[in-house]
Amino acid sequence: MRIAIIDTSTTRAAIISDGLREAGLDDLVLIDPAGALVAQIEAAKPEVILVNLENPSRDLLEDFFAMSRALARPIAMFVDQSDTEATGAAIDAGVSAYVVDGLSKQRIKPVIDLAVRRFQAFSRLQRELDEAKNALAERTVIDRAKAILMKRRTIDEPAAYALLRGQAMRTNRRIAEIAEAIVTSDALLGDME
Amino acid sequence: MSVETFRIGFLPLVDAALPILAHELGFAAREGVAIELVRDMTWATVRDRLLYGHTDAAHMIAPLAIATALGRDRPAVPMAVPFVLGLNGNAVTFSVALARDVGLGDALGDPAVIGAALRDVAAARKAAGKPLRFGVVHRYSSHNYMLRYWLAGVGIRPDADVEIVVTSPPFAADALAAGEVDGICVGEPWNSIAVERGVGHIALATAQIWRRGVEKVLAMREAVIDERRDAVEALLRALHAAAAHFVEPGTAEESADILARPEYLGASRDAVLRAITDRIRLVPGSEPIHYPDFMFQYREAANFPWRSQAAWLYSQMLRWDRADYSAADAATAAAVFRPDVYRAALAGSGAPLPGASSKLEGGIGEPLGAGSTQGRLVLGSDRFFDGRAFDPDDIQGYLADFS
Repeated sequence: MRIAIIDTSTTRAAIISDGLREAGLDDLVLIDPAGALVAQIEAAKPEVILVNLENPSRDLLEDFFAMSRALARPIAMFVDQSDTEATGAAIDAGVSAYVVDGLSKQRIKPVIDLAVRRFQAFSRLQRELDEAKNALAERTVIDRAKAILMKRRTIDEPAAYALLRGQAMRTNRRIAEIAEAIVTSDALLGDME
Repeated sequence: MSVETFRIGFLPLVDAALPILAHELGFAAREGVAIELVRDMTWATVRDRLLYGHTDAAHMIAPLAIATALGRDRPAVPMAVPFVLGLNGNAVTFSVALARDVGLGDALGDPAVIGAALRDVAAARKAAGKPLRFGVVHRYSSHNYMLRYWLAGVGIRPDADVEIVVTSPPFAADALAAGEVDGICVGEPWNSIAVERGVGHIALATAQIWRRGVEKVLAMREAVIDERRDAVEALLRALHAAAAHFVEPGTAEESADILARPEYLGASRDAVLRAITDRIRLVPGSEPIHYPDFMFQYREAANFPWRSQAAWLYSQMLRWDRADYSAADAATAAAVFRPDVYRAALAGSGAPLPGASSKLEGGIGEPLGAGSTQGRLVLGSDRFFDGRAFDPDDIQGYLADFS
């Protein structure tokens, strides 16, 4: 079964294709979303097309499917629309699928299920990455706030950190918030002594 | 009483105004319902979220709701349109090069005259092996049908003499800028944005092609209407109140401020303001011109879902998909529009309610009083640019007349 993957995120496309390969589905075609979509699909002749739901090319794709001679049979999203739980899960995960009509439900179901799991794995990864980025940004701002305090109050680093932490505890806010306020006010009032 | 929430899908377009304003200005809350808006970038996604229950209703191009009910390209799902969100409001914009070749002026021209000039350019471009290419927002869109109606009416065969491709509204101006298309037919503010960017010149308002063309609708799965009838009617009252407010003098600035926000249209506030005050800047740097009823949101019971309008869209689907007429499909298409629900929702409100559910489309020249069961109803001109009229009871005769 040849599966084409069109995704605005190349990372996610890679995650999906890895998953499909592990499951023994190795007839995969990665479509370059920046290239000529229609020509690539025409050349690939896939039986299933996996595409991220928010892909801006979906209307164009559907128009192509409706007119297509390359994919002779009509195309529908999901073979069995009565399986609302599975389709709901796919929409939630942000995956949409076009399936060449006539492909049996037994064959397509595992592909969709797997795609859903890989989309979810990608979202998890994205979340972790965002959190890591935030943590990194927080550490930077705390370091800058400490440097400002050290210079202005001529104290050492542990003392600067203790000041930050003390203020955070008294006002029931996070250290990063206090640090951000110090950095901001320094940027605005820094040259006033 | 608990508040029922409607999740409503939409695309960033000026004619998504009514659900957005019903939410922002408290019309929904006043009717005891809540609206949560879900923004997408393609009609396919708006439709899928609706079909699979991610949303309860959607701002949708009218033909797509009908195509979905008829099972075009996918299994059929019963659909219902109890409210029309607006008439017209779209435009045809040419690339700067095509505008020059066709000799567009700085006022809106006669569709027949512009069409005749376009026909010559199209023939030359076809002979040179580089046919003109137009972008429309979806295969099943009023944009596609309006553009085709106009092209065919001036002697340009849409599928033989030019190419028509699909591009999502937020990307239409980009496609024009990149030279992927020579013209676009899209809703506002995307024509104005093409003009502001200096890549396009507005050739026609779609209102010049069909003076009262049905545009976006509120689409739902039929099952939602059956299961949540009272709340649906409350929602329609909220949308109707938002429409009345929308056309009040002095509200346009506030509406434009809200619609332009990043979470809604994320677009130029000035372009939005011009669209909702029926003013359009045709050429980069020029003074906007006033074109009355460029966009039509309220008067003349504009929100009433006339079954004859659904039937016209079905006729165009047959015409351009080269499909055969089916009495069963014609009945299904017309039944997607639900004047009965509209009437029930607005009974006793003072809103004019037409007595009929269908009318001859394109048959009115001068303003005409129409039969109503409530309120006074006067309908303005609803002419097609070629003067033809559409009788919903004779779809086959209408189509035969074109061939």
